[in-house]
Amino acid sequence: MLTSISISQIFVPDQDAALAFYVDQLGFAVQADVQFGPMRFLTVALPTDPGHAVLLEKPGPPGHSEETAAQVRELVAKGAAGGHLFLTTDDAHRTHAELAARGVELPEAPTVQPYGIDFGFRDPFGNHLRVAQTTPPPSA
Amino acid sequence: MSRSTEDSHRRMLRARDAVDRRYAEPLDVPALARLAHVSPAHFIRTFRATFGETPNRYLQRRRIERAMFLLRTSDATVTDVCMRVGFSSLGTFSRVFSAVVGEAPSVYRRRGPLAPVPGCFAMAWLRPGVETAGSEKPGEPTAP
Repeated sequence: MLTSISISQIFVPDQDAALAFYVDQLGFAVQADVQFGPMRFLTVALPTDPGHAVLLEKPGPPGHSEETAAQVRELVAKGAAGGHLFLTTDDAHRTHAELAARGVELPEAPTVQPYGIDFGFRDPFGNHLRVAQTTPPPSA
Repeated sequence: MSRSTEDSHRRMLRARDAVDRRYAEPLDVPALARLAHVSPAHFIRTFRATFGETPNRYLQRRRIERAMFLLRTSDATVTDVCMRVGFSSLGTFSRVFSAVVGEAPSVYRRRGPLAPVPGCFAMAWLRPGVETAGSEKPGEPTAP
């Protein structure tokens, strides 16, 4: 039967800006970058976890009509259709500081939760990311 | 045209994110409008068009949702919870809480501890609804 999740998808209105954010600022690596007809098939993954990739998909024709693509962009921009990525770290405070140093806009400080220490932020488009240092650490 | 809509949405989302993290501060519409760099009247109109409720209503739901969370995950007194979520009057807090949740804070607390789910998930799903807030019976959040 089914064995694992290999690629998850989020919508990004601008794939170059998405690369600048996910690769240059968050430390993801490009896994596939293929021009596929009118669509650029673009996936990124964490170097420490190449089995879980994220497809950075630009809404637009012919997959979506111009009208639908505009609606998708608007919904992502108001956080309503924005995807969620839940990420893990072995040190939430250090990661928070490193991301801040790389210029990531971080509206939350790391917070102690029943399941660990976590904080959330958004990508430049409205997608939601959450970083957790889980209890106990997964690498323990 | 849609690009400017996107830009407007994104700015309103920034202001709403500010409510999410600064709910405990003495926020009001003029303060939020300043965060969004627009006039208060324009801010209320645009926020409502974007999210379907006024900024004041959103702020109130956010505060009540945090109060619900604290009542079920901490030992803080009702008065302490009231202050920690941004209300300055226990009477106002109890009245608003009861109107939104359908029962008094101390009664709500007896529902017992919450399941441990990510904070953002609890925030989104514990919050009383927009339309049915008066009779809302919030359910248990489930794991994502």
